[in-house]
Amino acid sequence: MIGIIDYGAGNVGNIRRALDFMKRESVVLVSPPSERSSMPDALILPGVGSFGPAMSKIGSSGWREALHIWIHDERPIIGICLGMQLLCEGSEEDNTIKGLGIFDGKALKLKGTKKLPHIGWNTVTWPDSGKSPCFYFVHSFALPVCSDTIAVTSVDSCVFTSIARKGRALGFQFHPERSGSAGLDLLGESLRELGV
Amino acid sequence: MLTRRIIPCLDVLAGRVVKGIHFRDLSDAGDPATLAFEYMNEGADELVFLDISASTDKRGTMTDWVRSVAENLFIPFTVGGGISGPEQARDLITLGADKISLNTSAVMEPGLISRCASLLGSQAVVLAVDVKRGDDGRWEVFIRGGRTPTGLDLISWVRRGQSLGCGEILLTSMDSDGTRDGYDNRCIEAVCESVSIPVIASGGAGNTRHFIDAFNSGADAALAASVFHFGSILIPDLKKDLANAGIPVRIEEVLS
Repeated sequence: MIGIIDYGAGNVGNIRRALDFMKRESVVLVSPPSERSSMPDALILPGVGSFGPAMSKIGSSGWREALHIWIHDERPIIGICLGMQLLCEGSEEDNTIKGLGIFDGKALKLKGTKKLPHIGWNTVTWPDSGKSPCFYFVHSFALPVCSDTIAVTSVDSCVFTSIARKGRALGFQFHPERSGSAGLDLLGESLRELGV
Repeated sequence: MLTRRIIPCLDVLAGRVVKGIHFRDLSDAGDPATLAFEYMNEGADELVFLDISASTDKRGTMTDWVRSVAENLFIPFTVGGGISGPEQARDLITLGADKISLNTSAVMEPGLISRCASLLGSQAVVLAVDVKRGDDGRWEVFIRGGRTPTGLDLISWVRRGQSLGCGEILLTSMDSDGTRDGYDNRCIEAVCESVSIPVIASGGAGNTRHFIDAFNSGADAALAASVFHFGSILIPDLKKDLANAGIPVRIEEVLS
């Protein structure tokens, strides 16, 4: 069972429909289950909008503490788009509030791009494999290349982390649930790799 | 590398897809969800749906077809047509649309752009602009499906739209629309020089060369309707030709 966190700032429906299509069972969670035994096998943290309000909602919905415990226990979590940025130490978008602190560094506004937001299908490159399929991006902030980077993307002269991984936490800056078959395949593979 | 997007446009009337020729004559072309799924499998990068129903109970039918499109579509889609308030826009996003497009209502009430952008984020707000070239060589904005001139200058309107918070411009040349003689490349260039947000070119696609020209004029995405609906251009072939012409495009496999 995959839990999709609904803290009021994510496109929960599209992720749920993608998991349905992939025949993976999911449940939308508005607040953390009170019983630890009723927690799902993995969590997906979506996110649309801006960092500050999203992080505040995580706090007010009770998810901040639950996520800290979840992360401490090294249980599987996937952050998507803003959800990935929430897993960073913080974001330049709002310096007054901390992130969940998994990934090494802060999300920064993209620099060196001709147009913002960065909207559209861009190549994601895994430096080890030489593979570089396209995924759908919509964002203005991103994690710079860091020790948790496993794949990168470039826009004009800007290079950023498009996939980060630390332990069993994974972050996608793009939207696998909006990236056609390549996106659904990647989401499926990633869940399997995380042991879900 | 950021690829250039190919966007089929589907006009929806009373829950069915139709295609307008010169914003007028209509012929039935099918079910929105079925066509959407087919376009995704053909390699469309994104879809735009415009609900052209005039009926007052449009909201009900719009809810139905948007929900049904979202069910099996895993590429982004935009919904436009008569969106008059941020709550209505939010409802469409909640149903699964990635973006909403504003046209007439934004001209009537420009503050709607900023209210939608602050509620949904700029990335979800597309400003659709229908234009016609005047005798003075400038482009004038038209509303109500191209029927009503506004006196607004295209360039000042798209700049204002950007400053109010829209995330993309969907630029339709009424002079080119339906002609299949090519996009209005001068118009595309003029808009791309004036704003720093992505521009979707629309109106006039007839062959592969037209797409290449629009992209070389600065368009980030090219939208077309009839050439795709009636199969005179197949998206996989188009993308191969674009790639051969040096335009970066996404080549997608079939989703079963």
